[in-house]
Amino acid sequence: MSRRRWLTSLRARLLLAFILLCVVTAAGVAGATYVRARDVILQKAQDSAVISLTDKVKTLYPVGGLPPSQAVLEEIAGKLSGRDDNAVVVYEGRKSRGSIDLAEFSPALRQAVADGDVAWQRIVRGSTPGLVIGTQMVFTQPDGTPKAALEIYSVRSLLPEQQSIDDLASSAALVGGAALAFAVLLALLATRSVLRPVRELGRAAHQLGEGDLTTRLTVRGADELAGVARTFNNTAEALENQVGELQRMEADARRFVADVSHELRTPLAAMTVVTDVLDEEAPGLSGDVGRAARLVSQETHNLTRLVNDLIEVTRFDSGAAATALDEVDVAAAVNATLRARGWTDQVETELTPDVRARLDPRRLDIILANLVGNALRHGAPPVSVRLFAEPDWITFEVGDRGPGLDPRVLPHVFDRFYKADTARTRSEGSGLGLAIAWENARLHRDGERQGSLVAGNRPDGGAVFVLRLPRYATNAADLGGPQ
Amino acid sequence: MSHVLLIEDDPAVRDGLQMVLTRQGHTVDAVETGELGLEQLAAVTPDVVVLDLMLPGMDGFEVCRRIRADGDLPIIMLTARSDDMDVVAGLEAGADDYVVKPVLARVLEARIRAVLRRTGSAPRHPDKDQPDVERHGALTIDRGGLAVTKSGTPIGLAPTELRLLLELSGTPGRVQSRQHLLEVVWEHGYLGDSRLVDACVQRLRSKIEDDPAAPVYVQTVRGFGYRFGPL
Repeated sequence: MSRRRWLTSLRARLLLAFILLCVVTAAGVAGATYVRARDVILQKAQDSAVISLTDKVKTLYPVGGLPPSQAVLEEIAGKLSGRDDNAVVVYEGRKSRGSIDLAEFSPALRQAVADGDVAWQRIVRGSTPGLVIGTQMVFTQPDGTPKAALEIYSVRSLLPEQQSIDDLASSAALVGGAALAFAVLLALLATRSVLRPVRELGRAAHQLGEGDLTTRLTVRGADELAGVARTFNNTAEALENQVGELQRMEADARRFVADVSHELRTPLAAMTVVTDVLDEEAPGLSGDVGRAARLVSQETHNLTRLVNDLIEVTRFDSGAAATALDEVDVAAAVNATLRARGWTDQVETELTPDVRARLDPRRLDIILANLVGNALRHGAPPVSVRLFAEPDWITFEVGDRGPGLDPRVLPHVFDRFYKADTARTRSEGSGLGLAIAWENARLHRDGERQGSLVAGNRPDGGAVFVLRLPRYATNAADLGGPQ
Repeated sequence: MSHVLLIEDDPAVRDGLQMVLTRQGHTVDAVETGELGLEQLAAVTPDVVVLDLMLPGMDGFEVCRRIRADGDLPIIMLTARSDDMDVVAGLEAGADDYVVKPVLARVLEARIRAVLRRTGSAPRHPDKDQPDVERHGALTIDRGGLAVTKSGTPIGLAPTELRLLLELSGTPGRVQSRQHLLEVVWEHGYLGDSRLVDACVQRLRSKIEDDPAAPVYVQTVRGFGYRFGPL
């Protein structure tokens, strides 16, 4: 199956639809869960960090007067820093020591803290995600009024949370992937079970088309496909019955022809035997009686030939015709056929000498006699017979220089009883000669090679019949000689 | 001229054949069954038997075998065209030749004459200086006396078998094609039925060879024909 056809097949389309459905569902569920879980985790981390910072800041009060010394800044920063967080304390441009650079914080954060809010910002330090929480520390002035003075920033790593989220994401991907694989498997099984009857139907229909009318499907279950299978079986059965009926009728017709031919043969045998008497006596008989005797004799021969040809044809039809093969000098066989019928002077031959072939000499004689006889009767001289030899084939060409064959007649020349003019005038032949020649050619076989006889017209005028026989014909009923 | 026993069940064919053969100058005894034919043979000995294969009661093959068992009387079978296997079976039963019905009287007449000629004089040996009696291994062929013996024991050969052996042994070691043998022994045209030769060779071998499956005297040359020897 080509790639394009596979892609448009029902199976592929079903499979794709299944996968698409599964991907969308898995991605939707996992994605939504992931986003929600991430938000919750971050929010919780943030809230707890804010609470923890503000709680710690409260424990620092009261602190000394303004302005605070550098030592006070360091002390506060030290108290606020813990295992997970790192604090920096800023007073009017001075800041506690430490690795934190104030430039990492956004101006919006600084402004919000300056305004007295508790604010936060997410940052990335190196490759580590973190959270910055900023708040103010209020100093009480000697006059008792509060003054916002210290900015406190606590930087807390979000690495544990990031890891939790990453774990979540990878497990979501894992579960999604597993679900997808499982879904594909299910889809394959489903399409298989749905499509198997369809495939079987296709195969059965193909077999039926090839001519195997006994093809039937096994009906499984009671679904729509089972119904289709039942319909198919009924159709095939009806077809088989009808074709069988037609074949029986044809066989009956053929048997009838064969029976009639055989029944005709016995009286004809008696008549034929005595025609010699009529022929001998006719010259001595007076006018009409003599003519009648000659006519009966002549027509008995014609009838005999017709019946013999009919019997020959019925033997081809029943498969009873077999070749009696012998290895012969082909040119000598052609010459013998011409000599036996007194045609040697009327036919130009161009025969490759010393060509030996294994064939049925009697059948070759029948074919050649028919072709040459036709050419002499219907064509115009010179009639020619040519012989070509190849390693596996021998080819005979029988041609004449007459008007050639009518293109409308050409497809029918080997039909039984086909007459070129529809008036069905009597000709010398039985009307079966070329049909028998054709069958005789096809009877010669050598494995895949089978003899053939074709009719055509030469470009330069005249009809030509080409007989092609396998050079070394074989036959199961080979009577080539006892060893 | 000659005495013909005609065994044919169909009255019209029988009457017709009897009429034309009698007109040709033969003496014809016509019977309608194989049993009657064999009875007739016990009383008189004809020169040739013309035997229809399809007979009621005892069929032609059986009649043929019985006549062969008793002697070397020439037998010509009458067969139907469609019964190709019958030809082979009939030849194996020992018939010398066959004609296909419907048959022209002159064709049957020619076959009768040909088969009768085989019972007559032998073909002249190509080499006239050769004596009439030749020895080939255990086989002694007397061309003058038309007798064949093997290790001193006479061998009964039907006329066609004898003529075939004489033809082949006339040129020992040379291959003769089936077509040639058909022309010289059976006097058929070039396109005779080569199965006549094959069947006759088989019958001949069964009589003269020690092991007909591994012939020494009449050897097959695949694709060409038959050869006498070399021993």
